[in-house]
Amino acid sequence: MTMANIAALPPRNYLNDGYGIKSWLLTRDHKRIALLYLAAVTFFFFIGGSFAVLIRLELATPPGDLVSDETYNKLFTMHGIMMVWFFLIPSIPATLGNFLVPLMIGARDVAFPKLNLASWYIYILGGLFTLYALVAGGVDTGWTFYTPFSTVSSTTNVIPTALGIFITGFSSILTGLNFIVTIHRMRAPGMTWFRMPLFLWSMYATSMIFVLATPVLAITLSLVAIERLFHFGFFDPAVGGDPVLFQHLFWFYSHPAVYIMVLPSMGVVSELVAAFCRKPVFGYRFVAFASVAIAVIGFLVWGHHMFVAGESVYSALIFSALSFMVAIPSAIKVFNWTATMYKGSISWQTPMLYAIGFIGLFTIGGLTGLFLAAIGLDVHVTDTYFIIAHFHYIMVGGTLMGYLGGLHYWWPKISGRLYNEFLAKLSAGIIFLGFNLTFFPQFILGYLGMPRRYHAYPPEFQMLNVLSSAGASILGIGYLIPMAYLMWSLRYGPAAGSNPWDAVGLEWTTSSPPPTENFQRTPVVTWDAYEYVEQVEDVVA
Amino acid sequence: MPEALQAAGHPAVLAHQFDDVEQQRQATTLGMWVFLATEILFFGGLFAAYLVYRTWYPEAFIAASRQLIVWAGTTNTAVLITSSLTMALAVNAAQTGKRRALLSFLLMTMALGCVFLGIKAFEYYAEFLEHHIPGPNFQFDGSEFRHAQLFFSLYFVMTGLHALHMIVGLGVMSVMAWWVHRGVITDAYYGPIEISGLYWHFVDIVWIFLFPLLYLLGRHVHG
Amino acid sequence: MADHAASKRSYFAIYAVLMVCTYLTWQVAYFDLGPLNTVAALTIAVFKAALVILFFMHVRETRLAWVVVAGGVFWLGILLALTMGDFLTRGWMTRG
Repeated sequence: MTMANIAALPPRNYLNDGYGIKSWLLTRDHKRIALLYLAAVTFFFFIGGSFAVLIRLELATPPGDLVSDETYNKLFTMHGIMMVWFFLIPSIPATLGNFLVPLMIGARDVAFPKLNLASWYIYILGGLFTLYALVAGGVDTGWTFYTPFSTVSSTTNVIPTALGIFITGFSSILTGLNFIVTIHRMRAPGMTWFRMPLFLWSMYATSMIFVLATPVLAITLSLVAIERLFHFGFFDPAVGGDPVLFQHLFWFYSHPAVYIMVLPSMGVVSELVAAFCRKPVFGYRFVAFASVAIAVIGFLVWGHHMFVAGESVYSALIFSALSFMVAIPSAIKVFNWTATMYKGSISWQTPMLYAIGFIGLFTIGGLTGLFLAAIGLDVHVTDTYFIIAHFHYIMVGGTLMGYLGGLHYWWPKISGRLYNEFLAKLSAGIIFLGFNLTFFPQFILGYLGMPRRYHAYPPEFQMLNVLSSAGASILGIGYLIPMAYLMWSLRYGPAAGSNPWDAVGLEWTTSSPPPTENFQRTPVVTWDAYEYVEQVEDVVA
Repeated sequence: MPEALQAAGHPAVLAHQFDDVEQQRQATTLGMWVFLATEILFFGGLFAAYLVYRTWYPEAFIAASRQLIVWAGTTNTAVLITSSLTMALAVNAAQTGKRRALLSFLLMTMALGCVFLGIKAFEYYAEFLEHHIPGPNFQFDGSEFRHAQLFFSLYFVMTGLHALHMIVGLGVMSVMAWWVHRGVITDAYYGPIEISGLYWHFVDIVWIFLFPLLYLLGRHVHG
Repeated sequence: MADHAASKRSYFAIYAVLMVCTYLTWQVAYFDLGPLNTVAALTIAVFKAALVILFFMHVRETRLAWVVVAGGVFWLGILLALTMGDFLTRGWMTRG
């Protein structure tokens, strides 16, 4: 890493190419749109996080004494909605994806820059609707909107929330559509499919899910709103409707949605492991195909959310078997990342810390997913804290770690500046510690029988809950520190130079920050994705 | 050479992110196909609900379907198929540089679309008078009262969503007609006409499935 | 684009077939064929849709368009098949 002075930033780059709010709000530049998304998702992350704070405060003591049960229902509902739809799903694709996809394929921009900007505005509009619903009294149905409570009994702002999520869904669809067309049609000369960085394979697989799953969510939420508004009884048993049909339609989207959340993070990890072990990713094609396999098989498993909801036993059997299968491509990736590290020249910079954090925590989350695929075990722990721990290990221990790792890895490219490495490592450590302290006790709590979505619990569960709440406060601090040093680096950080990590990839061949058109001349690619010089083993004679 | 050939003094429009007009055309066409795939899944959720409830309540669905106005549905099917023909002819005219034919076919397509929506509005009004709109005012003679509501819920949402897509299609066609009139569409640049055509044909295909599934159940039942 | 004049002629031919199929599907509905009524109606509908996709939408112009259409239809198939897999087997007995 070279330490250059501030004057070494490229004089003409996308950040200073036009000043003023209009140049940002009307931009067509995918890099600026990525930053618009970055600001927005960070905002929603902290809103969702505030709900988490209140939840953990309430759960520090056994009686439900901080808030009423109705309010508690709203807290976990809004936490889930904000985090799932307004943070996790757009997090990597709309920020890192938007920034990097054209750079990594050697293009000037995405296929449809105006649609890209439109997708951000649509996201903001959806967010505003949902925030309005929150401010006007909240929603208490759970982020899952199960009927008939959401359609008939709930007295809260279901319709504006459903509308907000419906609108935001179109942001996802447009992003996915843009990436698919961009990757198919705009790769630079010589950039064949199998020369693409694995991050692009992940973004492609994620885009498949965006495009195929999100429309089903859209129609399902529309039906909920229509049933609530006009009393068309789609899911109403009173007219012969089936609430489980809602669950089929809802989970057809929402299970693949979790792969929308984790696949991009896996893509980031592939990039980080290659760069910080200075080795090509082991089994490149296996990892590439595994990304697509996860996307495809991920569509076949949704019924595992309904084992106790009343679906048929035979249906449950099939979904259970398929759920075991979906773990295989994920496991392949974990094995391949590990094999990449073997005999690699590993340097423990902050992004690498997040990468191995991901690998370890995702493995735990994924293994517990296998436990849940077994119907008998699932019946015991469903709707308990075991489930909550499982998905937080994947979404926070997995996705969020990958997101932070990627943010740190590409921060020099995005901003042209270096952040403070000591503070960054410290935060990574705090986050890792805080995360495990928050969520590991929840596995135990769930197995012991503490139900989810309850704000009061028997006193014998208090110790574990206190540990969890303590962990949450540490985790919260861990998230605040990067905000501080990253913002600080924007003004005071040393200039990064075009390739501070000495990494291989088209994005590192252009300046930091890149010019608006990305490359001065369209690159012609004649090398593989991770052509690091392989380390020569010391051969003991 | 990044810009396309000029034809009749009108430059082709090449967006900055594309290397050449062919790449732009391929990208926009692919984009529309991907969008149509999302629409398949969007309507698909409704088809899933339809499939489930029709399997569970065949008699109710038959009884309810018989209440729909068959001649209206059949006529509308013919109208939409004709509009697909005029749309295909419009695209053909654009590809062969026949501006006046293009405009005529676009306007014909729009007119047929309006006919469709007119007949649909008439149907909805008739169904409103019969108290077939689900909800507290729903009325239905016969033992299938409860489950017939499910049929009508699906009928109104499926045809309603389809009609909404038709209205959007008419909006798109209006813009296309305007662009042809203003010379934005030229012999060298007619991609928007092609992709609008794809959208219109898709809306026709949805109706091709809606028609038999909603209107033609139980037509063979007498009495 | 290949032959525009031939395309134009084929459009009218396809149109005629589509109209005939519409008439057919309408008329067949009045005969009681039991479960075959549904089979006939859907077969004709699929045939009509295929004609539109192939000849009006020119899906064969690129292989990718084909894949996208097939993918969309296949994914809808997944939704329908696995959902119906539940609803059709609800009543099955698990033990004697």
